[in-house]
Amino acid sequence: MLGSDLVMYEEEFKQIDAELNRLLAQANAKVVFLVDKNGQLIAATGETENLDTTSLASLTAGNIAATGGMAKLLGEKEFSILFHEGQRDNIHISIISQRVVLVVIFDQRSSLGLVRLRVKKSAELLSGIFSELLKKVETGKGAAAGGDSPFAEITDEDIDKLFG
Amino acid sequence: MSFINYSSREINCKIVYYGPGLCGKTTNLQYIYKKTNPDSKGKMISLATETERTLFFDFLPLALGEIRGFKTRFHLYTVPGQVFYDASRKLILKGVDGVVFVADSQVERMEANLESIDNLRINLAEQGYNLDAIPFVIQYNKRDLPNVVPVGEMKKGLNPRGIPDYEAVATDGGGVFDTLKSIAKLVIMELKQGQPG
Ligand SMILES: Nc1nc2c(ncn2[C@@H]2O[C@H](COP(=O)(O)OP(=O)(O)OP(=O)(O)O)[C@@H](O)[C@H]2O)c(=O)[nH]1
Ligand SMILES: [Mg+2]
Repeated sequence: MLGSDLVMYEEEFKQIDAELNRLLAQANAKVVFLVDKNGQLIAATGETENLDTTSLASLTAGNIAATGGMAKLLGEKEFSILFHEGQRDNIHISIISQRVVLVVIFDQRSSLGLVRLRVKKSAELLSGIFSELLKKVETGKGAAAGGDSPFAEITDEDIDKLFG
Repeated sequence: MSFINYSSREINCKIVYYGPGLCGKTTNLQYIYKKTNPDSKGKMISLATETERTLFFDFLPLALGEIRGFKTRFHLYTVPGQVFYDASRKLILKGVDGVVFVADSQVERMEANLESIDNLRINLAEQGYNLDAIPFVIQYNKRDLPNVVPVGEMKKGLNPRGIPDYEAVATDGGGVFDTLKSIAKLVIMELKQGQPG
C-alpha cells in the first residue's frame, strides 16, 4: 500500500503537544491544532471545549485537498499557506513537511503578522519531530518502544464486539 | 492510511462510500448517523448542493469501542457521484483504508454502476492503490424498487471476484449495517496483517 500508516508514539506526542502549547502562547492564539492531511486530528490545544475539533480536522483536510488540486492545475506544487478572515475569528492554515497541517485560530488579541512569524518557527520544529517519527516508524523501532502491537492478536470476536 | 496513536491509544481508519450519482451513498451515512447512539458519533457534515446532491463529501466520525485497549474510530466519507465531480472524488480517496461500492439496482442505472466502478479502479490506481488488494465490499442498493436487476446478474457485472456483497434498502436501513460491519472487519484485519514486526 501507499507509504506507511501514520503512527504516533508517546515521546513524539509530548514534544508536539509542548510545541503547540508554546505556539498558542507566543502567537496569542485561541486554538492551535495539528491535522494529518487525510483529516485525522493529531493534537489540539487552547479553547477547544466548545469546538468540534473532529469536524474541523476533516474540513481542514478537505480545504487543503481542494486548494492542493487547484495548485496542481496551475502547475504549483502546493499552496503552503491559507488564511481565512472572519468577523471575529481568523484561521491560519499551513502545511508542514507536505504531510501534516498546522491550524491556528486567533482573534483581535493577535495579528496575522505575529501568527505568521510564530508559525514559521514552530513549523521548522514540528517538521523535525515528524521526520524523526517517520524514521522510527520505517525502521519498526517504535512498535517495540510502544509495547506490543495491539493488532497482532485481534480475533473475529474482538471485531464483532465493536458493534455490540 | 490508518492513524495509530500509541500515546492516546487510538486507531483511526478511513472508509469511503463510492458509487454513481443518486445510488444512495449519503442515505447510507444518514441511516448510520440516525441509528448510532450519541456518545459514539460526532456531527455528520454534508457539503452538498441546494438540491442535496453531494458537492464535495459527507463525513461521519464513528467511535466504535475498544480493541485490545485501543479506541477504534472510523471516519466514513462519501464521494460526489455525479460524473463531473471527478476531481473531488480523487481527493476523497486519498488515504483510504477501505471502500464500499454502492450500486443502484435499477435497470436503467446498470451502465452508470459499471462506469463508476471503472472510475473507482482508475482513481485508486492513480494514487498507487489496487482495487483488488484493498478492503472492498459491494452493496446492491434500492432493492425495494420494482425495476431492479436480479442480484445474480449484478454480481456478474460488478463482482466477478466474489468479494463480500450485500443487498440493501438504504432508505429504511436494510443491509446498511451489514455492509458497514463487513468493511470495518476487513479494514481491521488488514491492520493486523500490515503491522510491521
Ligand atoms: N427507493 C429507494 N430510494 C433510495 C434508496 N436509497 C436512497 N434512495 C433515494 O435516492 C436518492 C438519492 O440518494 P442519495 O443518498 O442522496 O444519493 P448519493 O449516492 O449520495 O448521490 P450523490 O450525492 O449525487 O452522489 C434520495 O432521494 C434517496 O432517498 C433505497 O434503498 N430505495
Ligand atoms: Mg451524496
